[in-house]
Amino acid sequence: MDKKLDLVALRKAYTPTVVPVKDISLSVGAGEFLTLLGPSGCGKSTILRLIAGLEQPSSGQVLLNGRDVSRLSPGDRNIAMVFQSYALYPHMTVYENIASGLKLRKTPSGEVQSRIHEVADFLGLHELMNRKPGQLSGGQRQRVAVARTLVRRPDVFLLDEPLSNLDALLREHVRAELKQLFGSQNTPVVYVTHDQTEAMTLSTRVAVLNNGYLQQLDTPERIYTEPANRFVAGFIGSPQMNFLQVKCEAGQAIVGNSRIPLPLGSNPKEIVLGIRPEHVHVAQSSNEPALDGQVFLVENLGMHNLVSVRIASGGEPITVRALLGMEHRLATNTPVRLAFPPDSIHWFDVGAGDRVEATTPSMVRNG
Amino acid sequence: MVDYVRAQERRTGWLLTIPAIAVLALVFAYPILRAVWQSFFTINLGNQLSPAFTGLDNYARMAQDGRFWNTLWNTTIFTVATVSLELVLGMGIALVLNQSFRGRGIVRTIAILPWALPTALIALAWTWIFNDQYGVVNDILLRLGLIQTGINWLGNPTLAMISVIVADVWKTTPFISILLLAGLQSIPSDLYEAQAIDGASPWQSFRQVTLPLLLPQIVIALLFRLAQAFGIFDLISVMTGGGPGGGTETVSLYIYATVMRYLDFGYGAALVVVTFLLLVLVVAIASFFLSRSRKRASGAV
Repeated sequence: MDKKLDLVALRKAYTPTVVPVKDISLSVGAGEFLTLLGPSGCGKSTILRLIAGLEQPSSGQVLLNGRDVSRLSPGDRNIAMVFQSYALYPHMTVYENIASGLKLRKTPSGEVQSRIHEVADFLGLHELMNRKPGQLSGGQRQRVAVARTLVRRPDVFLLDEPLSNLDALLREHVRAELKQLFGSQNTPVVYVTHDQTEAMTLSTRVAVLNNGYLQQLDTPERIYTEPANRFVAGFIGSPQMNFLQVKCEAGQAIVGNSRIPLPLGSNPKEIVLGIRPEHVHVAQSSNEPALDGQVFLVENLGMHNLVSVRIASGGEPITVRALLGMEHRLATNTPVRLAFPPDSIHWFDVGAGDRVEATTPSMVRNG
Repeated sequence: MVDYVRAQERRTGWLLTIPAIAVLALVFAYPILRAVWQSFFTINLGNQLSPAFTGLDNYARMAQDGRFWNTLWNTTIFTVATVSLELVLGMGIALVLNQSFRGRGIVRTIAILPWALPTALIALAWTWIFNDQYGVVNDILLRLGLIQTGINWLGNPTLAMISVIVADVWKTTPFISILLLAGLQSIPSDLYEAQAIDGASPWQSFRQVTLPLLLPQIVIALLFRLAQAFGIFDLISVMTGGGPGGGTETVSLYIYATVMRYLDFGYGAALVVVTFLLLVLVVAIASFFLSRSRKRASGAV
């Protein structure tokens, strides 16, 4: 039977007002890499701890291969977890660290040896076996922590921000390594991070969380191209998406001198226009939707300039940020006309912040 | 190349340590050396306290002195019994205090109280608790029907030893539990979570994580307590005065009697020297284990 993890209406309340996890339902199948992504305090780590059994849910269920394990202690769940701090036993050698879980489960010593040998081959740990964690580099410790979970052959892998203690260069390297490693395990993986790059690169699916609620559960591509609401749109993508509240008339949004048709079937008075900085460009012709403004900050990112432009509007000035090619030699205080290609615009409801979509499926834009 | 800045700093450093070295020489080196010197003389009432050099006579006398060997034996029993009991009880209390529960702060404060009280007062209190006529211990045992007549706790050598051990354990266990509690709090909680996920029972986690990582604190506690218990004086002096019949007389009490009551300064000095060397030996052994356990716990080789 394929390995599978289901969360059913999972809720965790510490006190009536402190509720880090509110009615989370999702499932992760074999070979799937699900990332729980969100800002700190969104409940992602609590969900991981609920799956692990380090916390008991207030209501709802954790199903492992279809079996309810909500009331079982962590040791009876056959899960393995990589901790943010790695949680290696400082007084044990690398070998003892990797072996400890198997020994506690009374695995025959012959099998312990062969499994550890296999994992050490896989991760290139042979030279480190007799060292202690204190003598390892950050990257090596991380690999030992991963080895400790792989060797267990669990029903689900849980990873709690395993890259956050590595420096930037190493993080990129290990990220690629993790993807290969866990991709070959054919076991559900649940990965917690606040880093959107990790989420986008590693995952088969991403669950974006905020304030204990699931905001969107989708593939990384769709999370980026079709964010379900304003929170997801603002959280994913760097630099952040621009949001402009614009007036509407007869199913058309008024942007400067031009009118952009809204998704079919919606006719609000005002709407939030979202557009990513990489999609904003300098207007070439007068008939595309555009706004006039003044450059007030140019940040050189190497490949692009991140240009902040203050848009003159009736009320408070709005800032729009655009990723522009280096060929635009824009100085501060120069006037510039920024164009918003209608195809790249995301529409969000002013009140709830939900994505405004065309009501007829045939009219769905393809990003 | 000469590092002038470093050299200058080093000179200043030495200069600044001179006051501390002078104080140490005055209060440690001088008394110790003087005791060693004195132990080669006979200075007692027999020669009107005029020192007469007698070489190793005092040490030869010590080898023949049954009372000295008896007090050494008593001291050893007292030390081993109190230190091991305190370590086991202190560990238990530390584990309890390390849990989070309502009113933990108050319980922690109460737990340290016996350690904070003056020993002489505690000794008096325990003398009353073990009193054969009015003592609480006898009262409880009588009421429970476990004994028919009151036991004379402090009147029997073995029972008196047990009594002083109980009093010392009561007083000093908090010290050990606070020391171990500090160690427990330095162990990261995710190690226990990793153990739980691996399916370890609480006892297995205690054996595999708590004990090895707490070893430095355990050895430090051991070190302090060995030195303290070996020199025990005040508690026993107040409770039994070393009695009955020398049943609870420790080396310190014997030295005190030799010097202050019999005014045998030469022989007293010899006793001090031998006790001092024994203590240094014990502490040296414990320190050796301490540095080894520290390295083990920190994961260095």
